[in-house]
Amino acid sequence: MSLSTADLLDYDEVLERFDPVLGLEVHVELSTNTKMFCGCPTAFGAEPNTQVCPVCLGLPGALPVVNGKAVESAIRIGLALGCEIAPWCRFARKNYFYPDMPKNFQTSQYDEPIAFNGSLSLELADGTVVEVGIERAHMEEDTGKSLHVGGATGRIHGAEHSLLDYNRAGVPLIEIVTKPITGTGARAPEVARAYVTALRDLLRALDVSDVRMDQGSLRCDANVSLMPRGATEFGTRTETKNVNSLRSVERAVRHEMSRQGAVLVAGGEIMQETRHFDESTGTTSAGRRKETSEDYRYFPEPDLVPMAPSADWVEQLRTTLPELPWERRKRVQTDWQLSDLELRDLVNAGALDLVAATVDAGAAPDAARAWWVNYLSQEANSRGVELAELPISPSQVARVAALVAEGELTNKLAREVVDGVLAGEGEPDAVVESRGLAVVSDDTALYAAIDDALAAQPDVAEKIRGGKVQAAGAIVGAVMKATKGQADAKRVRELVLERCAG
Amino acid sequence: MPNISREEVAHLARLARLAVTEAELDKFAGQLDVILQSVARVGEVAADDIPPTSHAVPLRNVFRADEIRPGLTQEQVLAGAPSVEDGRFRVPRILGEQA
Ligand SMILES: [Zn+2]
Repeated sequence: MSLSTADLLDYDEVLERFDPVLGLEVHVELSTNTKMFCGCPTAFGAEPNTQVCPVCLGLPGALPVVNGKAVESAIRIGLALGCEIAPWCRFARKNYFYPDMPKNFQTSQYDEPIAFNGSLSLELADGTVVEVGIERAHMEEDTGKSLHVGGATGRIHGAEHSLLDYNRAGVPLIEIVTKPITGTGARAPEVARAYVTALRDLLRALDVSDVRMDQGSLRCDANVSLMPRGATEFGTRTETKNVNSLRSVERAVRHEMSRQGAVLVAGGEIMQETRHFDESTGTTSAGRRKETSEDYRYFPEPDLVPMAPSADWVEQLRTTLPELPWERRKRVQTDWQLSDLELRDLVNAGALDLVAATVDAGAAPDAARAWWVNYLSQEANSRGVELAELPISPSQVARVAALVAEGELTNKLAREVVDGVLAGEGEPDAVVESRGLAVVSDDTALYAAIDDALAAQPDVAEKIRGGKVQAAGAIVGAVMKATKGQADAKRVRELVLERCAG
Repeated sequence: MPNISREEVAHLARLARLAVTEAELDKFAGQLDVILQSVARVGEVAADDIPPTSHAVPLRNVFRADEIRPGLTQEQVLAGAPSVEDGRFRVPRILGEQA
């Protein structure tokens, strides 16, 4: 079934009539060496069905054993999200028949998640702070990967058959579920994106996952519902899957709001169902009708014994938490003496890590910030890439900043050096050399240029000698022209005055 | 006293992707009823001072080190597959469903 734009309600009208409610479920693959319940490797991109064993294939008689490192990561994630850690919890079997799960059940946690009741605070682009409640973070295992072959489009509905690769089956997953997010109105799509971004940054700081949305190590399912404005009872929700980028999170929520708005305004009902996001069209389409949790017939996993993380262990893990993103932002603001606006620009440009690395490489914070937030951000924008993908490293930027600080380069020349590095001409010093960009700092060379200029404009020279220092500008200009802008204008001016004073 | 209906058996059969005939629905409903009644008798014995338990052995926190152990080769993995293509299990197309 495809949707025409006529099936969408104008976004402003959606907001006039309805309040959106969001619920976000993020699955994150842990970057452990091995799977959740067996010793198979988890590396991405291996030949199909070469990282499997009887346990993750669900062969009869195979016994799972929990990966302690994965439990550790789960607890650390829970602590970083301000959650309580369950003193006692179990795994459960979630029964369903689908070829991506060779066991015919997924080992998950049901009513006893390892972490629950936390929160994550996010900052939107304009500085508005939104506090998102975390319902739970629980442990489970990933499914295999299916490839749908044949049919008209290769998409599942036209597929002739499916091919299964179980390398991913059993990879440790943490599912992080928010409490319902209400009251965000028009900003719901933006909040959804900001939440996934903040969570990604947090997980990256914890070093528990690759958090690569493009490789599926971070995946977001977006639950969206609408209720009449001012109502308190939530409407029926849909769950949109297959949202594989931060931008898609925002688009999917916005699209689903407009689609549901159109259905409701026309007097229709929203089906509780899974929907699939199509990156190319930015629309969602109906997937399977959701099975109810009763249908999953959850029961405690008999092959795994309960977990009871001791308070000592949990406190010991708390001491391993790194500086978390919001703490870091605060510290950086103090250390680098940034205004709220400067900090926000830095964060919004996605430049914090790069600036910090540039400062670590010896640059002054202001200079490092100016390069990344101003000059290089524009360059990244015009190339349509992320800042970090530009072919210049923090240490190279630091070197350019050092050359400016030492007076070897003017700002204008420095930009040319950076352009040279971006163009693949090598290290900054090599670009200075090959493009002949060094500031003419040799006073002897400058004296020669100054004497030439004074000789060429004897009337000006006479005025300066007579005490009209402002006339020196004309000589400085001539010298700068003669040196092709490679002289330090301030130094030239000093030398001109010195020459005329004698 | 537990009681399981034909409809419930049909629903369970559908969830388990089992094709069950009309006659079997009655037969299984009766059999499942016997099983449920037997299990229910355990509940009668359990007093308030007996906590529900899911494991017979009082073990907890059994964890494994995060170390890679050899698994199966692709050949071994696919040896029992009814159909294989490109190193993968080949299964019938899945109608209108996606996990
Ligand atoms: Zn395995």
